[in-house]
Amino acid sequence: MAYWEPIKEIGETSLLAPNETFHSIGDKVFRVNETKAPRGWWIAFGTAVTFTIILFSCVGWLFWDGVGVWGNMAPVYWAWDITNFVWWIGIGHAGTLISAVLFLFRQKWRTSINRFAEAMTIFAVICALLFPGIHVGRPWFAYFMFPFPNQMTVWPNFKSPLLWDLFAVSTYFTVSLLFWYTGLIPDFASLRDRAKTKTTRLVYGVFALGWRGANRHWQHYERAYLILAALSTPLVLSVHSVVSFDFATSVIPGWHTTIFPPYFVAGAVFSGFAMVMTLALITRAIYGMKSVITIKHLELMNKIMLVTGSLVGYAYGMEFFIAWYSGSEYEAYHFFHARAAGPFWWAWTLMMSCNVLVPQVFWFRKMRRSIPVMFLASILINVGMWFERFVIIVTSLYRDFVPSMWAIYKPTLVDIFTYLGTLGLFFTCFLLFIRWIPMIAVAEVKGVLPAADPHFGHHHAHDEDDHPEPAGALPVPGE
Amino acid sequence: MSQETKKQHDESQRPLLMLAEFDSPGACMHGAEKLRDAGYTKFDAHTPFPVHGMDKAMGLPDSKLGWIVLGFGVTGTFLAWLMMYWMNGVDYPIVIGGKPPGTLPSMIPIMFEVTVLFSSLTAVFGMLGLNKLPRHHHPLFFSERFKGCTDDKFFLSVEVEDPKYDTDKTRALLESAKAHAVEVVRDLEEGTP
Repeated sequence: MAYWEPIKEIGETSLLAPNETFHSIGDKVFRVNETKAPRGWWIAFGTAVTFTIILFSCVGWLFWDGVGVWGNMAPVYWAWDITNFVWWIGIGHAGTLISAVLFLFRQKWRTSINRFAEAMTIFAVICALLFPGIHVGRPWFAYFMFPFPNQMTVWPNFKSPLLWDLFAVSTYFTVSLLFWYTGLIPDFASLRDRAKTKTTRLVYGVFALGWRGANRHWQHYERAYLILAALSTPLVLSVHSVVSFDFATSVIPGWHTTIFPPYFVAGAVFSGFAMVMTLALITRAIYGMKSVITIKHLELMNKIMLVTGSLVGYAYGMEFFIAWYSGSEYEAYHFFHARAAGPFWWAWTLMMSCNVLVPQVFWFRKMRRSIPVMFLASILINVGMWFERFVIIVTSLYRDFVPSMWAIYKPTLVDIFTYLGTLGLFFTCFLLFIRWIPMIAVAEVKGVLPAADPHFGHHHAHDEDDHPEPAGALPVPGE
Repeated sequence: MSQETKKQHDESQRPLLMLAEFDSPGACMHGAEKLRDAGYTKFDAHTPFPVHGMDKAMGLPDSKLGWIVLGFGVTGTFLAWLMMYWMNGVDYPIVIGGKPPGTLPSMIPIMFEVTVLFSSLTAVFGMLGLNKLPRHHHPLFFSERFKGCTDDKFFLSVEVEDPKYDTDKTRALLESAKAHAVEVVRDLEEGTP
C-alpha cells in the first residue's frame, strides 16, 4: 500500500481533483500572476488603498494632536489600540500554525493553503506592529524600547513583559518573512522560466536567486524548511503567550490569571483560521482554484475551528469558575457584574455567541461542507474575536478599584477609522500579493501528487483492480 | 532564442555538461542510481520538487545545516543572556518588583526569542551559503530545454569536469536509463566579446 492511496476502510478520498498534473497546477496558479488583473481586483484594490490613506490620515492626526483624539480616558488607558494589536497578531497565528505545525504533523493538505496563510501572517503582523508604535503618545520616542547606548545612559527594563513583547513580535515577523520567502524560491524560479518578457524574467529571476531545482540544493533546502518549521512552532506559541503576559503579569482583576497564555494561543489560532477561511473562500471563487483548494480542505479547517472555538469556550467558562471558586470578590465582581451584566453586556454576549455558539454548527457534516455557512461563520468568528479582546481590555479597566474612578468608554471616529484603515492596509498588501506572487505553493503541491512518488506505477500487482491508478489522490481523513 | 539554439549545436563551443531529460521522478532517480554506481561524483538531479529517496540514489551524505543552526542558536541564547545581565545587572542595576537585578527567570522569554531569531536567520542564510546561492549565472541556463525543470520535467546533469566523464559512454549510460533526450550543454559565451 503506497502512501498516496486513500484508505477506503476509514473513509479517505483523494485530496486534489483527479485530473490535476504537475503542469496543470502550475498553469492554474501562475496564470493569475501572468494575466491582467480582473476588474474585481481593481475595485477591491481601489477600496483598500482608500482605506489605507484613511489610516495614514488618522495616524497623522494622532501624531499632530496626541492620543486625546482617541476615546482612551481614565481609567480606560488601553482600548481600541491594544484590542486591534492583539486581534491582528492573533490572526497572524493561523498562518504559522498551517505552515509550521501542520508541516511537522505531515498534514499534506496544508500545501494548498499555506502560501496565502503565511502571507496573511506577515500582513497581519505589519498591521499589529503599527499599534504599539503609535499608542505611546510620543511615537518619536518609540526607539527608547531598543537596547542601544544612549545619552541618558539607561537601558530598557528587561523585566517588563512589554519589552518581551517587542522581542517576541519582531522575531515573529522576521521568522515569518524568512519562512515565506524560503517557500517562494522554487515558485519564483517557475515564474522566471515561464516568463514571456525580459522584464518579468529579470524581476522573478532576481528573487529566484538562480534556483535550478538541484537535488544538492533541495537537500539543504528541505532541512532548512524543517528547521524553520520546528522553530516556528514554539515561536508561535510563545508570541501570543508573551502578548498575554502584558495582561497576566498585571494586578487587574480579569487580567491576572494563569490561564491566559494557552487561552490566548487557542483564540489566536481560532481567529486566524477564520480569517484564512474568509480569504480562501473569496480567492478560490474569484480565481477558480476549486480543484486545488477543495471542499475537503475547507472541511478540515472547519474542524480546527470547532476544536479551537471549543477550547476558547472552555477558557471563558474557566474564568467564571475561578472567579467564583477563588473567593476573590474583585474577580467575581468583574466577571459577574462588570462583564456579563454591566453596560458592556452586549459586547460580552456578542463575544460568547460568535465564539462559542457559532463554531458548534461544525459538528454537523452538512454545515462543515456548506460554503455559505462557513463564510458567514468565519466572518462572525472574526467579529467575535475582536470583541473578545475588547471585552478583556475595556471591561477590565472601566470599573477601577475605586468607584469614583468608574467611567464609560466610548470610541471616537478616529478610533473607528484607524481600525478600518488597518483593514485597508491589510487588504492592499494582500491584493498586491495575489497579483504578483503565486498564491499557492506550487512546488509543494506538486510534491504531494501521487505521481511525485518515485515508485508511482511500480507497485501492488496484487490489488490492481480495486485500486485503479489514482491521478490526484492523496489520503485525507474525514470524508 | 533561435540564435542561442543554433549556437548550442555549434560543436566548436566548449562542452560544460551533459543534460538528460526524464519524464518521471522514478526514471530520474534510477538514472541517478546508475550514475552513482558507475562512480560519477560531479552530477546532480534537477527536479521541480524534492524527490524523496534522491539523496540516497545520488549517494549524498546528510545535510550539515542542523549543526550550523545549533551552533548559532546557542550563541544567540548566550548573547541574549549576556546583554540583559550586563545592562540590567551590571552597568545600570535596577531593582524591579523586589527581584535581584541580574536574575534569570525574567530573562527566559527574550533568551528564547533571540535563540529562535539567530537560528532562523542561520537556517535560511546557511542554506543559501551551502547551496552557493544566489547564483544567477549557470551553464544549465544555456539550455532551452532546462526550463521544463521548474514545470514537469526531471533532469540529470553530469559535469564535464567529472573524472569519469566520457561523451559517448556517459551518453550511453544516460540513454540506457531511459532518458528520452540527452544533450551536451556548451559554453555560449566563450569567444563572445
